[in-house]
Amino acid sequence: MKKHFSIGVSIFASVLLFALPARPLRAQTDCLSCHGTPGMTDASGKSVSVDGDKFHASIHGSLKCTDCHANVKGYPHPANAAQVDCSTCHADEASGLAGSVHAKASAGAPGAPGVGATGSPEHPCLSCHGDPHQIVPRTDPASPVYPLNIPKTCGACHGNPALAKQHGLTNVYGLYMDSIHGFAVSREGLLVAANCTSCHGSHGILSHTNPQSPTYRTNIPNTCGKCHVGINEQYQAGIHGKAVAAGNQNAPVCTDCHTAHTILEPTSAEFRMQSTPVCGNCHRDKFSTYRDTFHSQLGLLGGYVQTARCWDCHQAHEILPARDPRSPIAPANLITTCGKCHIGANASFVQYQPHANPRNRRLSPALYFIRLFMNLLLASVLTFFLIHTVLWLVRSHLARSNGGKHA
Amino acid sequence: MPEPTETVPTPSVPEPLPEMVPAPEPSRQRWFLRFTLAQRYLHAVLFTTFLVLAATGMVMRFSGSVWAIRLARQVGGFGAILFFHKFCALLLTLAFLIHVRDVLARGVFHREKGIFWGSTSMVANWKDVKDLFAHFRWFLGLGPKPQFERYAYWEKFDYWAVFWGMVVIGFSGYAMWFAPFFARFLPGWALNAALIIHSEEGLLAILFIFAIHFVNTHLRPDSFPMDYVIFTGRESEEEFKQRRPLEYQRMIAEGRSATRITDAPPKWLINFSRVVGFTAILIGLTLLVLALSAYFVG
Repeated sequence: MKKHFSIGVSIFASVLLFALPARPLRAQTDCLSCHGTPGMTDASGKSVSVDGDKFHASIHGSLKCTDCHANVKGYPHPANAAQVDCSTCHADEASGLAGSVHAKASAGAPGAPGVGATGSPEHPCLSCHGDPHQIVPRTDPASPVYPLNIPKTCGACHGNPALAKQHGLTNVYGLYMDSIHGFAVSREGLLVAANCTSCHGSHGILSHTNPQSPTYRTNIPNTCGKCHVGINEQYQAGIHGKAVAAGNQNAPVCTDCHTAHTILEPTSAEFRMQSTPVCGNCHRDKFSTYRDTFHSQLGLLGGYVQTARCWDCHQAHEILPARDPRSPIAPANLITTCGKCHIGANASFVQYQPHANPRNRRLSPALYFIRLFMNLLLASVLTFFLIHTVLWLVRSHLARSNGGKHA
Repeated sequence: MPEPTETVPTPSVPEPLPEMVPAPEPSRQRWFLRFTLAQRYLHAVLFTTFLVLAATGMVMRFSGSVWAIRLARQVGGFGAILFFHKFCALLLTLAFLIHVRDVLARGVFHREKGIFWGSTSMVANWKDVKDLFAHFRWFLGLGPKPQFERYAYWEKFDYWAVFWGMVVIGFSGYAMWFAPFFARFLPGWALNAALIIHSEEGLLAILFIFAIHFVNTHLRPDSFPMDYVIFTGRESEEEFKQRRPLEYQRMIAEGRSATRITDAPPKWLINFSRVVGFTAILIGLTLLVLALSAYFVG
């Protein structure tokens, strides 16, 4: 009934308007008199219907249709409206997008933000911002760029294995959602938890190989430090932070230990298990001698996590050399440091060498000779008795086969 | 003191029995006691705790290998591994102390002869050196087989290897267990040394017991598949005469056979010994293979 009525109005309006010369349109009322019709499509079958109420409630609700659809001057209007240019108002965002990885990706890739093509709606901005006539502020939980919705919005593409493969990217959405940040967003609804844009930015997203990018290696500490201010201060004061500041590209940044997307709770068993070898990537000799100790041997078994890992003694962020009196491994602090686990640790106890190398005669002569002695003992006893046993076995067999019952 | 009732035919020097003569009937076979019940219990505690200590110790020593991590997970992770290791260490320490007390009681307080010196003692003597060389000559077909006493030289070696091993492994183990306490008397690097000594000596014990002791005592053709004497405590007269002729002859000469004679081992005890013994040997050989593969393959 209502539909018939709408169609009737449309026909009436058309007849009325065709009878008159083209004339300026009044705000939205005139447009909505046609485009407010649900299900209205153009010649190609694309929807040209607008929900007036929702549009009025949107952030652009006070604008006139012609503010954006600039080539529509009056009625009748051209069959094909020009693409809306958001940069008229949002110049910074548009220029950011134009220089971003998405603009580059879109060159040969349908569906990336910044290009009108299949998969994405008809406009570069809409992959992320959704229905153009229903855009709400990013503080509104209905917005696809509301902090808690961003992972899902980006994940629409970055959780798609085929797309990730096509662009040579890691399929990061799942990794992020299982991380401590992802949990904070999805389970706790924590608005301040890092989402995609916290680290990557939003419009002007740059590759991590671009020195301007917040995810460029040497920028990472400050990017994470936007939220983790205290940790960043400790890190910058430590030996790794200073090395990075001095331009050392090999010194570890946050993501080397914590990873970029799969960030785990640092006290979790999994994290404690996975991170020690990371230090070993550079500190090979220290890692190898650590592997010889009880601390490591126990640590490997069944995820036994209490045993000392690198950062339990060296600190995780403010790592200082032993000669620095503030270092936890400075001689004066060892009793406190070891005493964290070993109740009753005394001056003699802390002479224990957690990185002793019994294979090195120069560095650990006592241990070298003890190990040598034990190895010689082992080898000589076993060799002697191996010969003894083999000869005995052979002789016994010979004696038995020669008819003697006992040998 | 004369022993007129002795009727055992003197085992005039080993003249192999002709094949045709049937073995004496089991009922007429005489049996002699070699190990007391207490000694058998001691051995049982020793090998049971040793198997667990070896298994759990190897898991820690080769903690990087796949089988070690799997085994640790199976039993409840590292916490369980260390618990079993320490628990068995305490049991074995207790058994060790009981044994030492027993030896001292017999040798020092009761002035029993032959504990610290003599043909029945565990202490090595000149004859052991001669036996060792004679045994090697016999291996090479250069001489007759030596005649052994109550404890042959390789048995004495087994005993002292275990004795020394328990002192060394036990001391270094307790030093690590109660590290802050031991650090009051020991320098810090001794704790580093403790792990090296503990793990190397432990590996030696594992390789020695599972590769050498098993073969010498149980798997060699004379005893194959197993020498039940440590489980039943008894051995037949024939075995006795054949294995330790000197002790046998001395017993006869001193007329003390009546004090050693005992009943035949009951069937259940032999079956029980079989099950326990084969289980221990199976576990031991498995651990031997794992230890060797972990040591050489990495």
